Formats: sequence, C-alpha cells, structure tokens
Amino acid sequence: MATDITGGTKRAALIEKAGEEVQGRSLWQDAQRRLFANKMAVASMIVLGIITLMAVFADVISPHAYDEVYWDYIGVGPQWENNHWFGTDANGRDLFIRTLYGARVSLMVGIVTTLVALIIGVTYGSIAGYFGGRVDSLMMRVVDVLYSMPLMFFIIILVVVFGRHIVLVFIAIGCVEWLTMARIVRGQTLSVKRKEYIEAARASGVSTPNIIRRHIIPNVIGPVIVFVTLMVPVVILVESFLSFLGLGVQEPMTSWGVLISEGAAQMENAPHMLIFPAVFLAVTLFCFNFIGDGLRDALDPKDR
Amino acid sequence: MPPVENAELLRVQDLKVHFPIRTGGIVFGQYTPLKAVDGVSFSLKAGETLGIVGESGCGKSTLGRGILQLIKPTDGKVVFLGNEMTSMAGEQLRAQRQHMQIVFQDPLASLNPRMTVGDIIAEPLTVFFPKMSVAERKAKVKALMAKVGLLPQMINRYPHEFSGGQCQRIGIARAMIVDPKMVICDEPVSALDVSIQAQIVNLLMDLQQEFGLSLLFISHDLSVVRHVSHRVMVLYLGKVMEIASRDSIYAEPLHPYTQALISAVPIPDPDLEKNKQRIVLGGDLPSPMNPPSGCVFRTRCPRATDICAQVVPKLEEKAPGHQVACHHWGPPAQALV
Amino acid sequence: MAAVLEVRDLQVRFATPDGEVSAVNGVSFDVNESECVGIVGESGSGKSQLFMAVMGLLAKNGRTLGSAKYRGTELVGMPVDKLNKIRGDKIAMIFQDSMTGLTPHLRIGRQMTEVLEEHKGMGGADARARALDMLNLVRIPEAARRLNQYPHELSGGMRQRVMIAMALLCEPELLIADEPTTALDVTVQAQILELMADLKRVTKAAVVLITHDLGTVAGLCDKVQVMYGGRFMETGDVRQIFYKPQHPYTKGLLSSMPRLTEDRRTTLYAIPGQPPNLQRLPAGCPFQERCEFVHQRCVDELPLLQEARPGQFKACHLESLEHPVDDPTRAAIPAEAMPPVIRDVRTA
Repeated sequence: MATDITGGTKRAALIEKAGEEVQGRSLWQDAQRRLFANKMAVASMIVLGIITLMAVFADVISPHAYDEVYWDYIGVGPQWENNHWFGTDANGRDLFIRTLYGARVSLMVGIVTTLVALIIGVTYGSIAGYFGGRVDSLMMRVVDVLYSMPLMFFIIILVVVFGRHIVLVFIAIGCVEWLTMARIVRGQTLSVKRKEYIEAARASGVSTPNIIRRHIIPNVIGPVIVFVTLMVPVVILVESFLSFLGLGVQEPMTSWGVLISEGAAQMENAPHMLIFPAVFLAVTLFCFNFIGDGLRDALDPKDR
Repeated sequence: MPPVENAELLRVQDLKVHFPIRTGGIVFGQYTPLKAVDGVSFSLKAGETLGIVGESGCGKSTLGRGILQLIKPTDGKVVFLGNEMTSMAGEQLRAQRQHMQIVFQDPLASLNPRMTVGDIIAEPLTVFFPKMSVAERKAKVKALMAKVGLLPQMINRYPHEFSGGQCQRIGIARAMIVDPKMVICDEPVSALDVSIQAQIVNLLMDLQQEFGLSLLFISHDLSVVRHVSHRVMVLYLGKVMEIASRDSIYAEPLHPYTQALISAVPIPDPDLEKNKQRIVLGGDLPSPMNPPSGCVFRTRCPRATDICAQVVPKLEEKAPGHQVACHHWGPPAQALV
Repeated sequence: MAAVLEVRDLQVRFATPDGEVSAVNGVSFDVNESECVGIVGESGSGKSQLFMAVMGLLAKNGRTLGSAKYRGTELVGMPVDKLNKIRGDKIAMIFQDSMTGLTPHLRIGRQMTEVLEEHKGMGGADARARALDMLNLVRIPEAARRLNQYPHELSGGMRQRVMIAMALLCEPELLIADEPTTALDVTVQAQILELMADLKRVTKAAVVLITHDLGTVAGLCDKVQVMYGGRFMETGDVRQIFYKPQHPYTKGLLSSMPRLTEDRRTTLYAIPGQPPNLQRLPAGCPFQERCEFVHQRCVDELPLLQEARPGQFKACHLESLEHPVDDPTRAAIPAEAMPPVIRDVRTA
C-alpha cells in the first residue's frame, strides 16, 4: 500500500529506494492470483490442457490412423495387445484416435466459434451501449429479430443450400452466439458508461473510439471472459447435438457428437463406443464450467 | 490569496439545461422538462475562484457539466476565452477542452481502475500533444506527481492501491497536466475525511496561486466554500438566488435562503452551537419537475407573500457587486453564527 | 448515575482473504443514563464497527472479543433470539441511509406497528395510535396519511424522521445514531438536529452519536470520544475536547476544519499523510505516522488512556501539547524524502 510512504519502520527502506519506480499490482494480476488459488479451476485447467495436448498430438500418441479400417476388429472392446486402447467402432476403426480427432473438432468449433462471437459481440454491443438512444434501440432490435430465428431451422436451411461442411457449423453457431454476447456487452457498457472516469476522459478531450477502446472495453471484459468460458461448452454441446442429428461433420471425419450418436446405436452390444466419447465430452464441459466459475469469483470477488 | 486580474475568462449567459422526462403512461405519456439549470448567468475572471453552493438537486453539478459541454445546454451561451462554446462540436470543441478541466467528487470512481496512475495522468497529454515523446511525457507526469504530493516512483501503481486523498491528488494531476486556464471542481473534498479535506483544499489553492488558475468550486459545504472562494453564487432549484463577494455574502447575506443556509451549518464550537438560534426552513426541496410558480423558494421562505407566487424575482444588484433575486431582500433579522 | 452500557476491552476483527483486519482494538467506556456521547472518527477509525459489534450486527466474517454489558447483561456472544428482545426495544439504532433501515414494500404504519407487536405485545388500534403519536412527536406533517405511505414516497428528511420515530417507539434506554444526518442536505440536516436536540430533552434515553462531523457533536453531545485506528485517542467533556484538546490528533482535526466563524487564513492546517491501514497498524501509537510530535517512544510503545486533566483522558506520550518535549529521537525521516504536502507541514 502506498500509505506506507510515511510509515514509521518502513521509512528507512523506502528512502533508500526513493527514485526507483515501484511496480503496481493491476486488477488483472489480483484476479490471476485469486484464480490460481482456486483448486478446482487449476485442476480443470490442467485436465483441459492434457486433453488439448492429446488432441493436438493424436497422431504421435496413437499408432493407428483415424480412418483406417481393421476388418478383424469390428466393435471390439478395449485391448492392449493391438493398441486399441479404447477398442474399435462399428466400422472397425480405432476409437482412441477417433475420440481425439473428435476432440479436435469439438474444441476447435468451441473455441473458434466463441472467438468469432466474441469479436462481433463486443464490437457491436459496446457501440450500441456507448451511443445509446436511437442507435442502441435500432441495433438491439436487429439482435432481437435475429434471436427470434430458430437455430435448428436456420442450420437445416444452410445445410440444404450449401451442403454439409464443418465451416457451416462455425457460421451457424457463431451467428447465434454473438447475439447473447452483444447483449451482455451492451448491458455492461451501459453501466460502465455512467462511471465518472468516462466523463473524465470526455472532459480530457479523448475521442470516442479511444474512449471505447481504452476505457470501456477493458472494464467490460471481465464479465465477458467469464461468459466466454461458459459459452465454449455450450457451443461444443450444440455441435455435438448437430452431429448427433447428422447435420455436423462429414464422414470419415468425426466429432464427439458423431461418436456418441454411433455409440448410442450400439449401446447394448458395445457400450465402450458410447462411454469413452461421452466421458471426454462430460469432463471437458465440467472443466470449462469450473474455469468459468473460478474466473467469475476471481474477477469479481464481491459477488460471493 | 492570489490577486484577481480583471480579464474575463468565462461568461455564462442565461444558461439552461433541461432534461426531457417522460411522465404518464407509455401510450399517452408526454415529455415534461426537468429544469436542472434554468437561466444562470455569471462571469469568471482569470485567477478567480467562484464558489457555487446549493443543496442536492439545485443543479450545481449539472451547471458544471453544461459549461464543459459534457451535457449539451438547452439554451444560453457559454463564452470561454472569447469563443462561444455551445455552438461548437467535434474537433473544435475537443481542442477547447485543453483549457478547461474538471475534478470530480468521487476520487476512486473518476479513475479508470485498469490503467496505471502514470497513464491516467498522461492521457490528456496524449490527446493534445500526440507528438510528445514517451520519455518527455513521463518526465512531465513525474514532475507533476511530485507537485501534487504523490511520490513519483508510484507512477506504475494502480488507483486501487491508493487512499481516497491520494486518488484525488491523481485526479487533480490529470486536470493540471495540460496547463488549463480553468478547473471546475465538482465537490472535490466531499467524499474525503476531515483530515484529508484540508490537504486537498490547500493543494488546490497552492496550484491556483502558482498557475493563475480560475476555479469554479462547486460544493454543498459552506465553510469550505468560504475558505476558498473570492465570490460565491447560491443556487436553488436551478436558479441563482444570490451572487456576491465572499465577504459580503457571509457577513450580510441578503437572500432569505442564503441566510437559512449559513445559519444551518453546524459549527464545531459547543458554546456557540448549543446556544445559537437556527433559522430552520420547513419542508423539503420541491421537485424540479414541478417547481413552484413565481419565486421557486417561496414554499419554504419565511418572508413569502402573495407577490412571490405571481412574479418571478429578477437577479438584480442591490448593493455594489451584490446581486439578489428576491422581492423581500434584506439583511438577516438575527445573528447567523 | 447508573451506566446503561458498559464496554470493556472490546475488540473487533475481520477475516479477509488478505489477512485479518483489526477494526477495533480494545476500547472501554460507559454510557450513563440520559447522557449524549459523541463518537468522532474518520472512515476506518472503527467507530461504526464498535457499535455494530455491541448490537451483534457485524458482517459474517467479523468476530467480537471483550465485553459489552447492557444493565449488567452481557451482549457479546448472546444468542440471536435473546438479543432480538433487547435490540429495537431497549437499545435502538438509527442508520445513515434511511432507505436501508426501512423495508421498501411495507407501509410506514405496518412497519411501526410490527415493532410494537413484537416487543410490547400491542395490537391493532393501540399500536396504530402509538405509531401516530410518535410520528407527531418527530413533527411529521400529516402524520395520519404517512402511516399509509410507502418509504419511497417520502423525502430523505421525512424518512429519517420516520426512522427516529421507529427507534423511539419502545422508549429505548439507549439510542445509537450512526451518522444520522450525513446523507441529508444542510437545511434538512438543520431540521433533524433541531429535532434531536428537542427529543433529548423530552425522552430519557441515553444517546450515542457516531459521526465524523465535529459540528454535529458540538451541538448535541455532553461527552466526546475521539477514535483513530480502532482506539480511543481522547475522551472527555465536550467543552474540554473542543476548547482544550490534549491529543495532537484531536487538535489537528479541529484546526483542519475551515469555519464560518473565523477569518479566512491563506493555508489551512492539514494533518499530513493518510488514514491508517488497519491491516498493518504500527506497533506503537496508531497516529505516529501522521503526528508532528512523534518521537521514539511513540514508535516503541502503545500509549494508554491516561487522565490529562480532571475528566479528560488522552492516549499520548506527550506531557502536554503546549510544550511538547523536544526529544532528540524525533523526526525519523529527512524532509526531502517526503512528499511536499507532508514536508510543508513538518518543516513549517
């Protein structure tokens, strides 16, 4: 604390250091410290890190290719001697590597789509919130209209028109998720806008784009980060659902949704086909949610 | 106390700031103007401090923001350094802001919590002197930090690491960094502890003396205003009740409202305070949405008569340099303090 | 005179993620019958937490040590249901923010009769009549109509009157007023102060006035206790404290206030430095970092309250303020290492 500058016993030490710049501790650093003190969040980050690394280095870890068919092993359970650690699927392909390939797709969809939603949502929401009035009404009505469009209907139309493609899944989910993001950012902006430091910046002659960039966005980003971590699992779930319905990725590429869908069909004679991808999906979702909760507590300790 | 030069720095003419407030239902509702500031005129000389006093809802903060064009005035003129400000917009207006700065009431809330103290103080420099080198900027910030009583090595700290009084020093440094001619102080010490208030008041007065600043000192605390001001203006419901030099307004206030205000201030002196006869006004401040007809103060005024309800009293000079807006103006009937 | 409240070595601690904060560090005092005691202090002096602890209203992370007795009954550690029999009945409290003290969705009348039903077992018409009497006592115009209004329909000054009326409903023996006029405008504050001065004469309740405003204290109180860093710095009769302060902090506070009654000076006296950090209070005197008479003994040893003049106590090692000892161990810090504001005062 800077109150130490006149502090009795600390005086001597401080006089020695006089002139030397003291490094401050930003709110981000405070939040970081609190986040790393949260055991569940840290464990979740580690688990999520391991899953991500496994997905990235899938080909190195597993001796099998994701689309190679082993005719002798169709729908068999886990076995060590052939390195089919998770067994094989109904088409005789190695389930371990397919689960990791599924992780790639699911994580990528989750993260890329969320990033897209983040960029569009933050820009749109902060502009609407900062300008307010008619601009705000107009921009938010557009959001309302888009919101009222049913997601599944929208995706089926896209698939019918453009055919099945992974990019369509990104676009479709991104189109919907940025709306929520924009609403959240707008709400936060409205409250930050009334803070005195915004008025101070205006009085100092700071231009509007700079006010939004330097003063508004850094102060609304906290709740946004929390929302992002909680949005990733939602997106992964939506992708799984789409794939489960057969609207997602194209064979032989796979995702957790596709794997779970196939596994569900074989639930009675080959339960491992359902269990492994389902466990991965569940663990990942858990991790994201714990990290999100940890971030919320870390960024806004007063809320507890 | 620095001598006041005669050059007029700021002239405010019949300034009005009205906010449209929706009343009634959504379908048949209509907009009623909330007259936060309603026809205020005054002028400010270079190096002078004008104290603006009034209770909450009298429009004193809105007046400050209206002058700075942070809120667009509904009507009236603000002439600053010979330029009419109300018709300005965009770049032209932003350029004027270099010469008029503001210090806020809540020291911590007026500082962006995500920026370092150095960045906060330097921000006006980046706006008005974008070509200034980083090193030069930093040197200027450090020099000013030392001047306002902050240790320059704290430049990389964040606002939450400072106490309220220190945060107010940061706010003052931010206002002073571009060498403004006028600073509007909006309740700069109200949020501070008693022992810190004196530090900040002294700092503001020192800076004024050193840089020949003009101050608009907005406050509800009559004792502080008396200490810092050359002249004092009393507002009530968006209108000027009385404006005069500090000595005459405190020694012989001519408006009944000013008299009640002065008499209401608790004095830290048990013998005086326990025995004094307060002028206690009845009732509360009327709503600015629906102000009384005629004189806005008549509903609480001990001297009100029929004429007060019918005719709006004009602000007129009743003694040299002493303007009052009252039909029944006159010195107080009793000692006030 | 019998003591209504006896507080002995009361301490209040708060557990925070960044360590323990000591808000109150052992204070002892009595509040006697029909006496008005002013507790003066700045933010963080512990003045509010002291009485929150007495009333058992501390936040969850706070704990109270020591003793606080109401007429011989120990309040610290008393179970909530027993405490509720005393709170609102024998000891009542008025808060700074009248909006938090009143429930927004209940009519004024209902809130007042509820208190009477709870503590006095009064029913319907009787309770309502008593509530009306109290509203009249605090001079609320059109009192009968107010009973049917909701808190938000009243102005701030009116709500504060209702709060006072509610506090007086059960004829408490002790009334604790925490910054009762701080949120109000000057003219409304004058109304409330006038009312409180009148009520003091009418009711027999002892009053504790917690405030940072020395002006309010001067007008209402008989005794004053000045707090700093969770301790009493000086206690005494109101005239002693205001006219002959014995502690450098009290003296500094009084002289740092601009006054309507004095000629304008060019520079106000300012106590240097910042309010204390309760997480890291120094070992010796809590005021040492800001005191212009600081010497080695203040750093080493905590000064205890001692009688300076008859009835007036100070927690200070100085013999007297008129002739502060010129201790060679004084002034531990070279002037040029201090920020200019502090430097000015020290070298002046």
